[in-house]
Amino acid sequence: MKRYLLKRLAMSIVTLWAVITITFILMHSVPGNPFAAESKMPKVVYENLQKKYGLDKPLTEQYFIYLGNLLKGDLGDSMKSRVETVNDMIERGFPVSARLGVQALLIAICFGPALGAFAALYQNKLPDYISMIIAIIGISVPSFIMGTVLIQFVARNVDWLPIGGWGEFKHTILPSFAMALMPMATMARLMRSSMLEVLGQDYIKTAKSKGITRAAVILKHAVRNAILPVISVLGTTISNLLVGSFVIEKIFGIPGLGMFFVKSINNRDYTLIMGTTIFYAAILITMLLLVDIAYMFIDPRIKLTKEGR
Amino acid sequence: MKTEIQLTKDMFEKADLSNRDADKIRRPSIKYWPDVWRRLKQNKLAMIGLIIIIAMLIMSIIGTNINGFEYYEQDYSKINVHPNSEHWFGTDELGRDLFSRTWLGARYSLIIGVLAAAIDFIIGVLYGGIAGMATRKVDAIMMRIAEVIYSVPYLLVVILLSVVFSSAGAGTSMFVMILAMSLTGWVPMAILVRGQVLQLKEAEYSLAAESLGATKGWILKKHIIPNTLGPILVNITLTIPRAIFSEATLGFLGLGLQPPKSSLGTLANEGLAGMTVGNSYQIVIPALFISLIMFAFNVLGDGLRDALDPRLRK
Repeated sequence: MKRYLLKRLAMSIVTLWAVITITFILMHSVPGNPFAAESKMPKVVYENLQKKYGLDKPLTEQYFIYLGNLLKGDLGDSMKSRVETVNDMIERGFPVSARLGVQALLIAICFGPALGAFAALYQNKLPDYISMIIAIIGISVPSFIMGTVLIQFVARNVDWLPIGGWGEFKHTILPSFAMALMPMATMARLMRSSMLEVLGQDYIKTAKSKGITRAAVILKHAVRNAILPVISVLGTTISNLLVGSFVIEKIFGIPGLGMFFVKSINNRDYTLIMGTTIFYAAILITMLLLVDIAYMFIDPRIKLTKEGR
Repeated sequence: MKTEIQLTKDMFEKADLSNRDADKIRRPSIKYWPDVWRRLKQNKLAMIGLIIIIAMLIMSIIGTNINGFEYYEQDYSKINVHPNSEHWFGTDELGRDLFSRTWLGARYSLIIGVLAAAIDFIIGVLYGGIAGMATRKVDAIMMRIAEVIYSVPYLLVVILLSVVFSSAGAGTSMFVMILAMSLTGWVPMAILVRGQVLQLKEAEYSLAAESLGATKGWILKKHIIPNTLGPILVNITLTIPRAIFSEATLGFLGLGLQPPKSSLGTLANEGLAGMTVGNSYQIVIPALFISLIMFAFNVLGDGLRDALDPRLRK
């Protein structure tokens, strides 16, 4: 088990390094130079700018300087903002995005598996149909559409909640819901099929014949086993939520990391693009690692299968 | 003691022949794919999905030429016209007909979805097939590489590539978008194919073929790939909506195709501006069609998975 953990950790580090390198190469292979928009600048200014961002050095040297700075946790200066570094922007934007993401994840985790389990218990009956309709809507409607629909009907037409903005709890409700719907639906569908499979197993029959109450059979025997596949997709879910925040933050005008990222793309702020990409990747890779480790503790069978391959 | 066998005459009567063909197969045997199709047909939701997809395909081919307005035609006397008998889906802020633009958008969205899925399919099957047939060591290395690529967030790569390959403000070409999507998109397919190959190459019929002197390539082509087609097909059906979704998201972020071309995502992005000034039809229509396409492919994929599942076969 220890060996597996170490191997998994090493893999994550290699992945992160690969992302950093690819991002670096991509960002430095963009045709033209980053200051093209300000082409009228005097030569001296241009040369000083090049020097400030280290662009006058050879590419390999730039790469190692960048890697070294990253190890110190320094993501560099923004090319467009003269007052904030990339670190400042992430520090400002990330808590906002994280709060939104955590809220959305909580909604998805609370309702998704429950809906799925409910559907499986009442297979081919009304509760099943209702939850599966919700789930199908959930996977068919992209979050940015859900967001605009919610704005139109809950905020604009009846004015229960604010259209956008940030600051209070009420600002977070609509965006969290819009973001939560798709992961919730995915979880519900997964939970339903795995629950159906578990309910057909012999140990459920045994548990029933031992005379335990229905609730205990469902909670202790069925749900516990059925939830495993749902946990295994948590990593991808978190990844989708993070990226989903790009659009949601745009619609609701929320000053989160996603908004900075989109803005940095439109501004062609290469250092900021590079910094936020690497930051996102680091978070995602950590999450995937954590989910894998958690999965190993929850499902004892995994140790055998993972060692075995 | 000896028992004497009594031979009577009625023992030598002609047998009743009416039951002789009891073992005969009366109905024609159904081959695998017709059987899958038969079960798929019983799934109403999947059939609705299939009908929607076919209708969308037809409309995305002919829809731009139906009402006599070209998608790029601007008419400043008729901007932001709400849907009426002349402009069935209304016009946008430049007076372009949204009916034609919507079907052009559906065309690009479908092309991107199908092409991205096709590329994922080709790379995934090749890579997964090779990894599955290779030695353990090669397999392990190939799978580690695939895992590294897979943990790079999908949409992030797509966005990065569209930044690199398109100059500022010019939007992303369809080619770049498809390239970016397939760069990481093939991994799930490869993992699926590899798993299937590993399982199937241990099957008795593969062993039989091998002992008859068949090469690895032959076994792969004749025995393994035909048997993995089912799960692959399901995967393709579910890859298409994912690609369409990514494209729509990109378009919505303003990184999609460049006007006057349109995809459903860029239309929704343009419509978002329209919504704030009371022209919500401009976003409702593309949003509806994105959702319809996603819905159709998802239920069809689900239906296919159920139809292919041998446990559900009666």
